[in-house]
Amino acid sequence: MEAFLDTFFNIDIMLQALPLLLKGAVVTLKLCAVVIVLGLCGGLMLALGALSPRRWLRWSSIVYIDLFRAVPPLVLLVFVYSGLPFAGIRLSPFVAVVIAFFLNNSAYFAEVFRAGITSVPKGQSEAARATGLSPVQCMGYIVLPQAVRNVLPDLLSNTVEVVKLTSLASVVSLSELLYSANMARSVTYNSSPLVMAAILYLAVLWPLVRVISRYQRGLAVN
Amino acid sequence: MTASRTMLEIHALEKRFDQTEVLKNIDLKVGEGELVFVIGPSGSGKSTMLRCCNRLEEPTSGAIMIDRERITDIPRRDLDRMRLKVGMVFQGFHLYPHMSVLKNVMLAQVKALGRSKPEAQARALDMLDQVGLKHKADAKPAELSGGQQQRVAIARALALDPKVMLFDEPTSALDPELVGSVLKVMKELREKGMTMLVVSHEMAFAREAADRVVFMDGGYVIEQGPPDELFGNPKSDRLKAFLSRVSGNEAA
Repeated sequence: MEAFLDTFFNIDIMLQALPLLLKGAVVTLKLCAVVIVLGLCGGLMLALGALSPRRWLRWSSIVYIDLFRAVPPLVLLVFVYSGLPFAGIRLSPFVAVVIAFFLNNSAYFAEVFRAGITSVPKGQSEAARATGLSPVQCMGYIVLPQAVRNVLPDLLSNTVEVVKLTSLASVVSLSELLYSANMARSVTYNSSPLVMAAILYLAVLWPLVRVISRYQRGLAVN
Repeated sequence: MTASRTMLEIHALEKRFDQTEVLKNIDLKVGEGELVFVIGPSGSGKSTMLRCCNRLEEPTSGAIMIDRERITDIPRRDLDRMRLKVGMVFQGFHLYPHMSVLKNVMLAQVKALGRSKPEAQARALDMLDQVGLKHKADAKPAELSGGQQQRVAIARALALDPKVMLFDEPTSALDPELVGSVLKVMKELREKGMTMLVVSHEMAFAREAADRVVFMDGGYVIEQGPPDELFGNPKSDRLKAFLSRVSGNEAA
């Protein structure tokens, strides 16, 4: 028991590693913010594209969505960071991660938005158009607010996935939370920093996951 | 036919979905202030014809004129301006569930017509008062009965000062005891001189309130005339068959 606590829950080492981990957590948060905002915007655009009456726009959006949902994000990341330099494109770890995860996430968010938009009855947009609202106004005031409400749990779930996904950035030596914790582990020769990183992830994501579950149950009841 | 000028005119309208012909050579006139009823079995093309009148459905050929403007010639991107002149009420109400009743009636006034918010609000309250629902202005559509929702939908269309109102089976989704409140609003509208084209199965109301009744079957206008004539002395076999089926249903 003593040895177990000493290896995984060593308070001294945790306190020692804390500044480094907090720095890593800040990088993780920044990364999340950028990737989530870009992913949401890109996903919405792609969803609108996939539902467009223009054939070329619809098909190119659908191909993009299918493609980047099928390619593993880690493969994308390694390709963008380590593959592209062979073509003379050298990116910083942060930029490489943002690009790779944007490609992956926008495709996932697009699927959620598309499901949301198609869940709004056609009569809603017909009624809106019949009162002289333009297609853009109809989408913005009538369809999207209902679409987002219908898929809010899925949007939040996807957001949770993004936060977890950012830990992959450690493979390109971006000093986010996991990378920092692993660094501290190798320096202190003790696993407690990794446990602490896990606790930090848990502290942020657990409440979010709870909220999603409650919301979904609420929807089921209504 | 009344002597007033023509407000809505349909000429040689055809509509095809792929290979299926839904409307064949439809001719129809609605004079200003007239209430014209369209009856016929389901699948006869009534609703499609109505939806062509604000281009929710694109006619395959033919012309539709509203207030002397040939709306079938308007380019797709300019349809919004035309639609302000044509109010439409749907079978399924289609109120916006995420907005209050008041916002439902205000939205297009502000965003499509360009009225100021106070102006739009005053007008919305006025319209809601007209359909007897001013006290529900702050309610959400889900809190209203079907009949109340449909009256709000009518107010939403009226608030834009349309020249013509199209009603697509406005009472078909309602419980029988709620139908009367909607028909009452429609009758008041008629008394105020609104031009109305109504697709409906409310035969008693057609007989009582319509200026003219149009019978459609299989995509054709088979017969039209004053309600007394059409119901009292139907000429075509198809109309006779339809009327006996409908009255049979009413008796049952």
